[in-house]
Amino acid sequence: MSTDVDIDLISPVGNPVEPFLRTDRMPHIWCPGCGIGTTVNCFARALIESKIDLNSLALVSGIGCTGRVAGYVQLDSFHTTHGRAIPFATGLKLANPRLNVVVYSGDGDLSAIGGNHLIHAARRNIDLKVICVNNLIYAMTGGQTAPTTPDHATTSTNPYGTFEPSFNLPHLLEAAGAVYVARWTTFHVRQLARSIGEAFQKKGFSFIEVISPCPTLYQRRNKLGDSLDTMKYYKAMSKVRHGAPTSEVGLSINGEIVVGKFVDRDRPDYSTLMRAQYVESLGDRFVENRSGQEVETVCS
Amino acid sequence: MKADPRGVLTGEHFIDGDHACCEGALAAGARFAAGYPITPSTEVVERFAARVPTVGGTFIQMEDELAASITLQGAVWGGAKAFTVTSGPGFSLMMEHIGYAAMTETPCVFVDVQRGGPSTGLPTLPAQADMMQARWGSHGDYSIIALCPNSPQECFDLTIKAFNLSEEFRVPVMFMMDEVVGHMTEKVVIPPAGQIDVAPRKHTKKSIEDYLPYGTNGDMVPEMAHAGEGYKFHVTGLTHDERGYPNMTPQTQGKLVRRLRDKIRSAADRICMLEEENLGDADVVVVSYGITSRVAQRAIDSARTRGLRVGKLRLITAWPFPEEKICGLAQKVKAFVVPELNLGQMALEVERAAGGKARTFCVPHAGGGVHQPEEILNVIVEASR
Repeated sequence: MSTDVDIDLISPVGNPVEPFLRTDRMPHIWCPGCGIGTTVNCFARALIESKIDLNSLALVSGIGCTGRVAGYVQLDSFHTTHGRAIPFATGLKLANPRLNVVVYSGDGDLSAIGGNHLIHAARRNIDLKVICVNNLIYAMTGGQTAPTTPDHATTSTNPYGTFEPSFNLPHLLEAAGAVYVARWTTFHVRQLARSIGEAFQKKGFSFIEVISPCPTLYQRRNKLGDSLDTMKYYKAMSKVRHGAPTSEVGLSINGEIVVGKFVDRDRPDYSTLMRAQYVESLGDRFVENRSGQEVETVCS
Repeated sequence: MKADPRGVLTGEHFIDGDHACCEGALAAGARFAAGYPITPSTEVVERFAARVPTVGGTFIQMEDELAASITLQGAVWGGAKAFTVTSGPGFSLMMEHIGYAAMTETPCVFVDVQRGGPSTGLPTLPAQADMMQARWGSHGDYSIIALCPNSPQECFDLTIKAFNLSEEFRVPVMFMMDEVVGHMTEKVVIPPAGQIDVAPRKHTKKSIEDYLPYGTNGDMVPEMAHAGEGYKFHVTGLTHDERGYPNMTPQTQGKLVRRLRDKIRSAADRICMLEEENLGDADVVVVSYGITSRVAQRAIDSARTRGLRVGKLRLITAWPFPEEKICGLAQKVKAFVVPELNLGQMALEVERAAGGKARTFCVPHAGGGVHQPEEILNVIVEASR
């Protein structure tokens, strides 16, 4: 009687994103109110809508709260070292060009310790889809200042307020050469899912920044309320400006958040350029890249 | 299985150790390298960059050694055999990813053409001072394999061996050259592809349902799958269980880390390659490796001409260290003499393995050149008394 009803209530059957998740790893480690789970939901919905072949999709993460995404998705997934998701993904993509490779990591991982790799991969135009969850802080380690922490925010390592200027990531990525640059917040779930789908249609380095709350360490310490308050802030203060000059989309602690698709352009990706150069220089001596198909395998 | 003929430059060549190392990698099936320029190793990847588009593969010059040392591992999980090449300062930067390769059991090769250190040190001059770093440089407990060629021919032959060992044991293999061996030009014979044994990847044949990425079948080396094959596996540098899932318990840590150590330790007899001469009647055994073994040869020959009973033990494999061999010899000989281009690194291992049964004489050299044979001879004479 009532037992049946209870089972029905807690049954996850019917959640359309469940096939994309390692349900045997739930519950996840993210705090109540954290935005990372929302971004994963959007990612899964983008996969559904894009009809991407999941067998040829690999996801690479670095270290940090967002770095844990790799462990929860039912895909070939790699949880690498701090800051190095992009170079790992570069090797994976170049060895097996048939793979769709997504890099899913946080702002500190990608733009601080991994900043050098970020700009060089964009410059080379490696065919990677980078989803950068920006919670404006190092969350996993307790709320330290990140390169993205906006003006005068209080952090555990800037207890009297941050004073160093922060990165405007879309501006950085446009300058470095990304072919697709967009920003959304975790309030913009439909737009984010659509944007991820668009990135899958691009050949080249795509970068999507997702502004996301860290209620435990950023909102609370800066007296910005809880996650519901943050959603209200995102709703009230976000302005959709597709094509906005990226120099004008820097973030502040409580000001306007410019969201939208800022860059959508085409230029040949690394593999295309490499192949063209070899064909031109080597002619008949050029042999197609088979690096990922070369290893004969054996079972012991 | 045998080497792919497209990568094998069969014939007699007059090339240096760096070039021979590159040819060894190509013969072994390496079709991916990521690198960052550093003297005296750069010639390896320069040759690879010229050769690999004609055999079907990729070279990418990365923005630094941190990137190079993880890019190659992405390529391995994409199905390639891959390596990187560096020298001391770059080797220091790569330590993070030697640990990652050990933890995730990613088969790959790190070539270190050793130069004088610490720090920028002597960019164009030799040393053998990265030997302990090769073994212990990344944090935590793990095992690696390290090989030490002493000629361009061995740079070819042992590079193939390095790749084969990395595949068999799913372990990063350190290829410990030195500046002299790297830049020394000698005859190198590359045999026909059909005479070159190449280890295949230890790829699973299990179904997707039955596959456990870090499950073992008694031999302690799990089977691999590649991205894109449908296995949907997880790889992490966190402590993980047989499913590859993070598991933060002392029990899982103990099981994993002990296996990472023991899979090499239990096979040490099979991995260790040694060159031995006149050990039967020796009072003194000279233990050396790399370029120093060729200088030591002169000292050994001189000593034997003088009637001293001197044996030779050359470490072709430095790690795992042949401790049982040293322990056995220590019961019979008076002393070990250990010349090396550092202030005493492998000498510490010899002393440890000898367990006080025989004395160990270090013949140190801070690097920048090689020993004079007389320096080694003098210590042999002293040790023989």
